[in-house]
Amino acid sequence: MQGIAGIGLPMAIGMILLSPVVCGAQTPEEKGRAIAEEADRRYSGYGDFTARLRMALRNRQGQTSERELRVRTLEVEDGVKSLCIFDSPADVKQTILLTHTHKKQQDDQWLYLPALKRVRRIAAQNKSGSFVGSEFSYEDIATHVLEKYTYRWLRDEACDGQDCYVLERRPTDPRDSGYTRQIVWLDKDQYRTLKVDYYDRKQSLLKTLTFKDYRKHLDRFWRPGDMNMVNHQTGKSSQLLWSDFAFRTGLPENDFNQANLMTIR
Amino acid sequence: MDESIARMQRLASLLALGAWILAALPAGTDAAVQETQQTSPAPSQSRDEFSGWIAAEGRLFFHDPLFAGQRDQDASVAAQPEYYHRWQDGSAFTFVPFGRLDSADPERTHWDVRELNYLYPRDDWFFRVGVARVFWGSTEFVHLVDIVNQTDWVEHIDGEDKLGQPMFEFSITKGWGTIDFMILPYFRERTFPGRHGRLRPELVIDTDDAIFRSSSKERNIDVAARYSRTIGGLDFGVYIFKGTGREPLLVPSTFLDPNAPGEPKLIPFYEQITQIGADLQYATGNWLWKLEALYHDGYLDPYAAATGGFEYTFVGFAGGRSDVGLLVEYAWDQRGDEPTTTSLFDNDIFLGMRLTPNDAATTMLLAGIMQDVAESESVLRVEASRRFGSHWRLSLEAWWFLAAPEDSLIYSVRDDDFVRMEMAYYF
Repeated sequence: MQGIAGIGLPMAIGMILLSPVVCGAQTPEEKGRAIAEEADRRYSGYGDFTARLRMALRNRQGQTSERELRVRTLEVEDGVKSLCIFDSPADVKQTILLTHTHKKQQDDQWLYLPALKRVRRIAAQNKSGSFVGSEFSYEDIATHVLEKYTYRWLRDEACDGQDCYVLERRPTDPRDSGYTRQIVWLDKDQYRTLKVDYYDRKQSLLKTLTFKDYRKHLDRFWRPGDMNMVNHQTGKSSQLLWSDFAFRTGLPENDFNQANLMTIR
Repeated sequence: MDESIARMQRLASLLALGAWILAALPAGTDAAVQETQQTSPAPSQSRDEFSGWIAAEGRLFFHDPLFAGQRDQDASVAAQPEYYHRWQDGSAFTFVPFGRLDSADPERTHWDVRELNYLYPRDDWFFRVGVARVFWGSTEFVHLVDIVNQTDWVEHIDGEDKLGQPMFEFSITKGWGTIDFMILPYFRERTFPGRHGRLRPELVIDTDDAIFRSSSKERNIDVAARYSRTIGGLDFGVYIFKGTGREPLLVPSTFLDPNAPGEPKLIPFYEQITQIGADLQYATGNWLWKLEALYHDGYLDPYAAATGGFEYTFVGFAGGRSDVGLLVEYAWDQRGDEPTTTSLFDNDIFLGMRLTPNDAATTMLLAGIMQDVAESESVLRVEASRRFGSHWRLSLEAWWFLAAPEDSLIYSVRDDDFVRMEMAYYF
């Protein structure tokens, strides 16, 4: 797209109209990848952040159960390190999930069990398991790593009152994912994810995630305050409400070491 | 009246009580979702926290007791509150007392300070002084190398409950790994069931007259150092411990003094040991490999022991949202089946299954069987728990000593198959 911007606009239009070869120079795959890269570029670079998270799990009858946790995230060279510290329900209070998301190799994950002061490795390459009983899987809540998906631009369309790109992304290694493909809506203006449709192995629509209440932090980083996941096959839904964001707080990398989890609180 | 009928009635009434408690509770959901908007404790702010649990527990034994004074059942209540204060500089104070009142066994009525410590953390090191709990190890069935804290054996025979250990600890973490140094200035004796308790040897263990190899007795100063590191999917640690061994040799009083008056008892003897231990866990794909090993040099001949195995997780088992983990572990002890030792796991295989339905109630189920490869010793255990509402948790557990040959360490508990039910309120 930058290439097009460099040429005179009329000429560019003329070339697009006249020449299917130039038009095809950016395939849907290349365009999809370029959009995903730009979204990633805008999302990252925050250094670290902390936030509070309230999770409401709703079943088909509308009954709700809640979880509260605190999240600490640190960008590192090879990906992202994150801590999820549970505050409620009371019987899982002080349980900590530590995740090292890597760009290339398999992620590392540990669970700290406060009753035993014990750190247990989690060995699940397949991240499709439910995160603490919610409709979010580990894969859904993990920081997105560009390299773990292939992308394809499908179309542009209006969504949520804005002009949006619609992308398809598929896992690079199908063993890593519980989905065959995801359809993602991003607004053209800020490259914020507004909606994701998840398709299961039978190619049927499994879940939809919608993002709302976006706010800008440090005058640069857009983060949603409300993420709602609806499971179309069970009628259950889970809502994540983010609050108390703080960026660039200077979290020490040693807090994200499994050997130190018992000192984290 | 037939004894077995009476037992069945007691079991039925226990189960009925359980059913009543379940029925009286909100069905797996938080009836009223409350607004709990707290102010955000960012890492640098000071804060106070008060939490903990109280629990009622019942244990019912399926068979008549073998030894005089033992009961068919016991009921108990326990509490473990926790106070935590954190200062602005990140240092923290923690106080966790624990106590239990038991209807059957005065030895099981006991209290302990689980934690009472001050922690001073910096970016790449921390210092901790006071009573604390430290866990070292990786395997599921046998906790071989975990040595810092004494086992609170009268609490539970799975050995996972521990007494608070007074310590000075300094820990440093760098790119090359973590080194922990510990000075342990006071020794805690292991708890054991008393005369009225089940799950004990035929001779009562006399915890009031323990003997020590060290002339300083429980004031012997023990030391430990451990190096640990994470490299990709591998976590490993090696340690050296020098001091009073946590596991006593149980010596018949008649052996110490053949002319002692009164009934024979077992006297705990705490030796001085040097122990080297190692533990690792390695995750790859859906496999988790685990290994623990130690070399123990004490009063008797030195020996080595090891345990290890794997857990394989089927994520989304049978197309659903449950995870099923298969556990296979093996334990070996160089001492074999010598009756002078308390090692039960000399040549044993463990098969287990962990079921995690990933539901809103955080239900868990773990079933496992231990089978001696050479002898016929065999133990089956099943434990399950789930949350009710947002504060209650119900746990059910059962142990069956399926085969306990006469020369085996579990011979004296051969009729102690039991079911345990606990309802805990967390706050």
